[in-house]
Amino acid sequence: MLQVVVLGMVAVSALAVVAARDPLRQAMVASIYGLVLGILFFVFAAPDVGLSQTVVGAVALPLMILLALAKVRGGEE
Amino acid sequence: MSAAVRRNVFLMFGAGFAALLLWSFGGLPDFGHYAGPYGDILNASSIPERQTTAVVSAINFDYRGFDTLGEEFILFAAVVGVASLLRNLRGERDRRPDDDARGRRVREPSVAVSVLGLGLVGPTVLVGLYVVVHGHQTPGGGFQGGVILATALLLVYLSDTYVTLLRVGPMALIEFAEALGAASLGLLGLAGLIWGTAYMENVLPLGTAGHLLSAGTIPLSSVAVGLAVTGGFAFMLSEFLEQTLVVRRRR
Amino acid sequence: MDVLPYVVAAWVMLVGLYGIVTSRDLIHLVICLSVVQSSTYVLLISIGYKKGGEPPVFADRPPTARAVDPIVQALTLTDVVVGATVTAMLLAIAVQAHKRYGSLDPEKLRAMRG
Repeated sequence: MLQVVVLGMVAVSALAVVAARDPLRQAMVASIYGLVLGILFFVFAAPDVGLSQTVVGAVALPLMILLALAKVRGGEE
Repeated sequence: MSAAVRRNVFLMFGAGFAALLLWSFGGLPDFGHYAGPYGDILNASSIPERQTTAVVSAINFDYRGFDTLGEEFILFAAVVGVASLLRNLRGERDRRPDDDARGRRVREPSVAVSVLGLGLVGPTVLVGLYVVVHGHQTPGGGFQGGVILATALLLVYLSDTYVTLLRVGPMALIEFAEALGAASLGLLGLAGLIWGTAYMENVLPLGTAGHLLSAGTIPLSSVAVGLAVTGGFAFMLSEFLEQTLVVRRRR
Repeated sequence: MDVLPYVVAAWVMLVGLYGIVTSRDLIHLVICLSVVQSSTYVLLISIGYKKGGEPPVFADRPPTARAVDPIVQALTLTDVVVGATVTAMLLAIAVQAHKRYGSLDPEKLRAMRG
């Protein structure tokens, strides 16, 4: 039952990531999507993958997106 | 083709692709009835053969260590790609970052953020080192721990200024760590050749499962990968930050 | 429940592909590409699952027959970290494209003509 709920959350989050057209908003939604995927991996008895996905998808990836956006939006003097 | 036409073409072919995909998934075993024998054999024989209790790390660094070597060099190539893409182009110059100028125009982060960030740097480094070193016993290993350690460097930047980040993690040290990690993983395999068996064979004494010094070369490979991943992520973070704060187009 | 994880993996891949096809911003496109990559992780992990499964870590209990498959987990683990690094490289390409052409719209970036 828990697995069905988390799978539903994954499907909804993926749709939310694509539907957020502004990259700044999308970075935040991508962080949530990474966290939900990490929860999915923990529920599926995969702790190594869950740890990896949580750290990478919720922290490192949105960070790179934000840094690229900062350069593109505000880089020119 | 216009955007509307492109979307309609995609929806049409996407429906066909979805049908093929779902038809192929019908041929998979039902969810929860995994039947492959290889996984069961590894689960049963990982403790007697390699004295590790975390089977996934044993697969990553021993049974299928060659795949990890390839993945490590994909990571290395991507980091080299970022470095060469974000090099100074013709017509750009470096200027001192905003927070280094004499008349500071950038607001410092608030006291709460600074205190929380600096307070968390120590525990993050500790957790990262723990995850890297205990990769052969509990879930973890070089990949996860390396990213956690790179996050600690990010915390330093968030809670203070870019100049502090450069002092704590100078570029030369980060690049050296990354290169050292990638090279160590490749050279550790040579121990097997020197001993007279295959490349990347686990030749160090195996110890007993559950102890820190056990499982032969697996903790050493974990540390090498952790070093390389930390250096890689920290390097990419520094490159992006440098682009944003330091590189300016020459007028 | 028998095929639900596979259907979710297919749905995530198609949603990501739709995002790539109809994207108007290079950075949005790169994030949708990472969504497509994540659908393969979901598929791999759900293939290796066993009913009533336990994690393949035996630090505090003897090896049981109910532990899920560790090989797909090993594949997915390295894939996650390396995929994020490649995504960062794609973002660097997007940044340089913006510097060169002044816009991130894929429509306007068609001009590779000399």
